[in-house]
Amino acid sequence: MRRKSEVLLPYSLLSPTLLLVFLLIVIPIIQAFLLAFQAADGSFTLAHFQKMVNDTNFADAMKFTFLLLICIVPVQVVLALVMALLIHSRFKGHTFFLYIYAIPLAISDLAGGIVWTAVFTERGYLNSILYSLGILDKPFLFLSYQNLGAMFGAIVVAESWRATAIVMTILLAGLQVIPRDYFEAADVFGANTLKRTLYVVLPLLRPSLQNALIIRTIFAFQTFSAVWALAGLIIPTLAGESYRWYVTIRNPNVSSAYAVIIMVFTLAATFMYFRLLRTSEAEAGYD
Amino acid sequence: MMHKTISRRYILNRILLYSAAIVMALWTLAPIYLIALAAFSSKDAIYLYPKPLLPVNFSTETMTYFINIKGMMDNVKNSILVALLTIVFSLILGAPGGYALARFRFRGKQALTLGFLITKMFPVAILAVPLAVTFIRMDLYDTIWAVALVHTAMALPFVIIVTSGIFVGVPRELEEAAQTLGCNRIQAFIKVVMPLALPGLAAAAIYTFVTSWNEVFAATILTLRNRTLPAQLMTNLTESPLYFRYAGGFFMIIPALIFIFIIRRYLLNLWGSIVK
Repeated sequence: MRRKSEVLLPYSLLSPTLLLVFLLIVIPIIQAFLLAFQAADGSFTLAHFQKMVNDTNFADAMKFTFLLLICIVPVQVVLALVMALLIHSRFKGHTFFLYIYAIPLAISDLAGGIVWTAVFTERGYLNSILYSLGILDKPFLFLSYQNLGAMFGAIVVAESWRATAIVMTILLAGLQVIPRDYFEAADVFGANTLKRTLYVVLPLLRPSLQNALIIRTIFAFQTFSAVWALAGLIIPTLAGESYRWYVTIRNPNVSSAYAVIIMVFTLAATFMYFRLLRTSEAEAGYD
Repeated sequence: MMHKTISRRYILNRILLYSAAIVMALWTLAPIYLIALAAFSSKDAIYLYPKPLLPVNFSTETMTYFINIKGMMDNVKNSILVALLTIVFSLILGAPGGYALARFRFRGKQALTLGFLITKMFPVAILAVPLAVTFIRMDLYDTIWAVALVHTAMALPFVIIVTSGIFVGVPRELEEAAQTLGCNRIQAFIKVVMPLALPGLAAAAIYTFVTSWNEVFAATILTLRNRTLPAQLMTNLTESPLYFRYAGGFFMIIPALIFIFIIRRYLLNLWGSIVK
C-alpha cells in the first residue's frame, strides 16, 4: 500500500502543474488553430490567412520581423560574449559589473522602447549631444517615416541594449562549467587572449550559444512593444500585427492566424539551430 | 628584467580589461541615467533643445503628474497584485513539481522536462487571444485573476525547472536523517528542505515578479478597464505626450533596478539551470 503511494507521489506532486499547463497552454493553442482555420459555421477555411496575406502590412511585417532578427541577434551575441568573458576573468569588482550588466534583464521591451525614445526623439538626448559637439545644427528626425533606416537602427539599438543581458547570463553560466584547466592549458601553450577565446572557449561554449540563440530567436519573433514605442505603426512586425488585429480591428481570427505563423517560424528556427549546432556539440565531447 | 616586462604587460592588460568593462557599463547605464533625467525634469524642460546632460532642471513635476493621473495608481496596484498572485500560484503549484523532478525517478520524467521547455516556445500571442475569448465566456475577462492565471501558466515551466535545480542542491541525506529522527516526509520537507532552499526560491519568486510586472501582450488583451501598468502604458502610448511616456517608462524600470540588485547572487543559477 505504502509502496504504491510512493510510486504515485511524483505524479501527484506534478499533477496541478500539468492540469494548469493543459488548461492554459495546450487548450488555447488548439483554440488558436481553430480560430485561425475555422469559418463562422465551423468548417475549415483559409479565408483568415488570405485576409492576413492580402493586408498591406503583411509583407512589411514579415520583412521587418526577419530583418530585426538578423540584425539584433548577432549584435547581442557579440556584446554578450564580451561582457561574459570580462566577468569570467574575475577581475577585482567583477560582481559589481555583473549587477550593472544584468539590469536590463528585468526591463521590459516596452520600457526599453520608452527609454530609447528619450534618446532618439527629435529633441532627445542624442540630437542634443550631436548639437553640442557641433555635428548637427538642426535636430535629425531619427524616428520619422522619412528616415526609415535610422528608425530601424534605433529599434536595433534599443533591443540589443535590452536583451543582451539575457544572452550574457546564459553564456556566463556556460563559461562557469568549463573546467579552469582548459584556460590554464591554453595559457601554458602561449595562446593569447584572442586565440584562447577563438580556439578554446568558443567551441566549448557551443551548447550555451545554442541555447542563447534559441531563446533570443523565440523572443525576437515576438518583438512588438519596443517597436511600437519607437516606430508606432510605421514599422509593422508579426506580433505587432497580431496585437493590432485583436485590439484595434477586433478580429481574433486574423490575429490568431498571425500567432500561428509566429509559432511555425519559432519552431522552424529552433529545429534549425538544433540541426546546425548538434554535431558540433558532439565534436566538443561536452554536454 | 624578465619580471619587469611581465608586470608591465600585466598592468597594460588590467587597464584594457577595466576600460572594456567600464565602456560596457556605460553602454548599459547611460540610457537609464537619461530616462531618469527626463523623468525628473519639468514638463517644459522635456521639450528643451539642446537638453543639458546634467540634472540642472531637476524637478519632480513630471513624476508627480504621472502618479496623480486618475486611475494610474489603480493600474500600479493591479500590476503588483497580479505579480504577487503569479508568485503565489506558481510557487505553490510549481515547487512540489520541481521537488518531484529533483528527488524521484519515474517514468516520463525526461518527456515532462522537455515538455515544460517546449511550452516556452509558444508565443504569448497564441495563448492570449483564445484565452480572451474563453475568459469572456467564463466571466473572468478584465479581472486581475485572468491575467494572473495566464502569467502563472507562462511562469510555471520556468519555476519548475528552476526549483528542481534548487532542490537538487539540498542534500538528500539531511532529509533522510530528519526522517530517521521521526519526521514524516512532509515534516522533513518543511523543517529541513524548505529553509535550505529558501534563498533560491526567493530569487525564483522575484524573477517571477519581474516577468509578470513586465508582461504587456496578454495583460493588454485580457483587460479593458482593470489594466495593469504596462497594459495601460501600451494602450495610451502613441497618443500620449512625451512626459507621460518618460514618467511611465521610468516608473516601470524602478523594480528592475531593485530586484536585480537583490537577486544578483542567484542570476547565474537561475539562468544556468534553464540552460541545462
